[in-house]
Amino acid sequence: MNKGKEEFFADDQQLIHGLKQGSSETLDHLYRTYFPMVVKLIRDNSGTEEDAKDIFQDTVLVLYDRVRQPDFELTSKLKTYLYAVSRRLWLKQLNRNGRFNDDIADYEDALAIEEDLGIHEETDRQYYQMEEALMQLGEPCKSIITDFYIQNRSMQDICDKFGYTNADNAKNQKYKCLQRLKKLFFQISDDLAEG
Amino acid sequence: MDFTKWADAYLEGSLSEEDRLKFESYCAANPEQYNLLETHRMFLEQLRGYGKRKLLKNQLQEISAHLSAPAIDHLSSVDEPPVISLWTRFKVNALVAASVAVLAVLTTLWATGYYSSVKDTSTQYSALRRDMNNIRRNVKAQNMAIRNMNSSTNKNGVYNSSHYSASGFALSPTNYIVTNYHVIRDADSVYVQNISGDSYRAKVIYQDPIYDLAVLQITDPSFKVQTNVPYAFKQGIADVGEDVFTYGFPRDEAVYGRGYLSSKTGYSGDTTSYQVSIDVNPGNSGGPLLDSKGNVIGIISGKQTQAEGAAFAIKSNYLLKSLSNIPADSLGGKFSLNRKNILNGMAQRDQIKKLENYIYMVKVY
Repeated sequence: MNKGKEEFFADDQQLIHGLKQGSSETLDHLYRTYFPMVVKLIRDNSGTEEDAKDIFQDTVLVLYDRVRQPDFELTSKLKTYLYAVSRRLWLKQLNRNGRFNDDIADYEDALAIEEDLGIHEETDRQYYQMEEALMQLGEPCKSIITDFYIQNRSMQDICDKFGYTNADNAKNQKYKCLQRLKKLFFQISDDLAEG
Repeated sequence: MDFTKWADAYLEGSLSEEDRLKFESYCAANPEQYNLLETHRMFLEQLRGYGKRKLLKNQLQEISAHLSAPAIDHLSSVDEPPVISLWTRFKVNALVAASVAVLAVLTTLWATGYYSSVKDTSTQYSALRRDMNNIRRNVKAQNMAIRNMNSSTNKNGVYNSSHYSASGFALSPTNYIVTNYHVIRDADSVYVQNISGDSYRAKVIYQDPIYDLAVLQITDPSFKVQTNVPYAFKQGIADVGEDVFTYGFPRDEAVYGRGYLSSKTGYSGDTTSYQVSIDVNPGNSGGPLLDSKGNVIGIISGKQTQAEGAAFAIKSNYLLKSLSNIPADSLGGKFSLNRKNILNGMAQRDQIKKLENYIYMVKVY
């Protein structure tokens, strides 16, 4: 059974692998294949294309967050999953606008998705903290950190870009920045917990 | 060099082999410091994860920004033809419109009395009074008017302008005539005409819508009243298979028709009438139905439109019952029902010769 399932999901597995790497080809493919479905869903339920864009973007991020969990396993077709997540997100938004009342039946088939949405929200929150911390960090620290940890640039490049006399100086500077960032991050985390 | 710096370098993998081993053994010896290392590792992971996700988000935003509205329309309309998308968009409107239309039609039908006439149109029973042809009458009147113009005389032509005509027959005394209620219903005035063409004015003195019976009285002083009629009225029920005949006015001339009694009940099981297999036409209503001995056994009242040879006649005993209900003060004098039958034993043509003077055409205006 497992083998058949793997074959069946071969395309989906490839897509998921691509998504993990953040490959733009995969993202393009996702949009081309699944976006129309979501547009239709949202248009049929009193939404616009702009809403659909937002929802689809969130849907891909939910999938991304889920895929990055170590225990991730694809239990349904990707299309089904994406449709369910989009639907759930859209219903939530309608609910927020007070235009729709959920009934119990909706929860029943959305329990698994609800969990994934939880993970997504948690990740969102953490990354929001990180963003805040980076904002408060200020230049040039922010740039140094982003360049080194996110863009994966070498110490030498950074040294040249910011005009440090040698790589060790740059390294020191980066280290100080990192320490500050860490402090800010946990501070915001505490603030959020208290607030 | 403080611990986090070491940790940082360790995690980056930029320590020399010797330092790395040293650091690892140091961490193993100090669990507290090890925790710090782990926190730092997780923090870095989070930082990297944040970076990746941000990149992904940017990519997504870029892609969706490039999706212009027409491209989306194209994408989303690939899988369905325009008719279907139109349908899905206007489904609700269409349904509402349809239900309004249905409601409007039903209301109109109800308001115009369609439902009250359904019963009339669905019944196969047809009362046999004769509807005079309006058009022909009008044309005749016009022709007469033209002729009068040419000859410039101002004679008033006598022409038949009755709305309905049917048959009737005399009781005793003979100035009482019985016919069907449906014949004289809504009548302005009623005239009766005998076989020789003499016309007399009559008034309705009794009507019984339940048995579809009516009694007229000839009020014309020129009418010669006789005490008795040649036929008798049967008190009981006639037998199925009995030979019967009728004499009435389906046209302006009296017409004889014969047949047999085919059932003891009438239209859809009506027990007050017989079913008779006899040729009758509009105008025969109100005519007598007699058996071969010359007893009146019924009054022709109608026929079934979609069945062959199914005419109906009201039973004579119901006629008797109905007549006995007539309040005495509505009658000028007393009338009795003849029990003496002088037609018995005669040949049919002689019976008719005797009978025909007591049969009338009832004209209703």
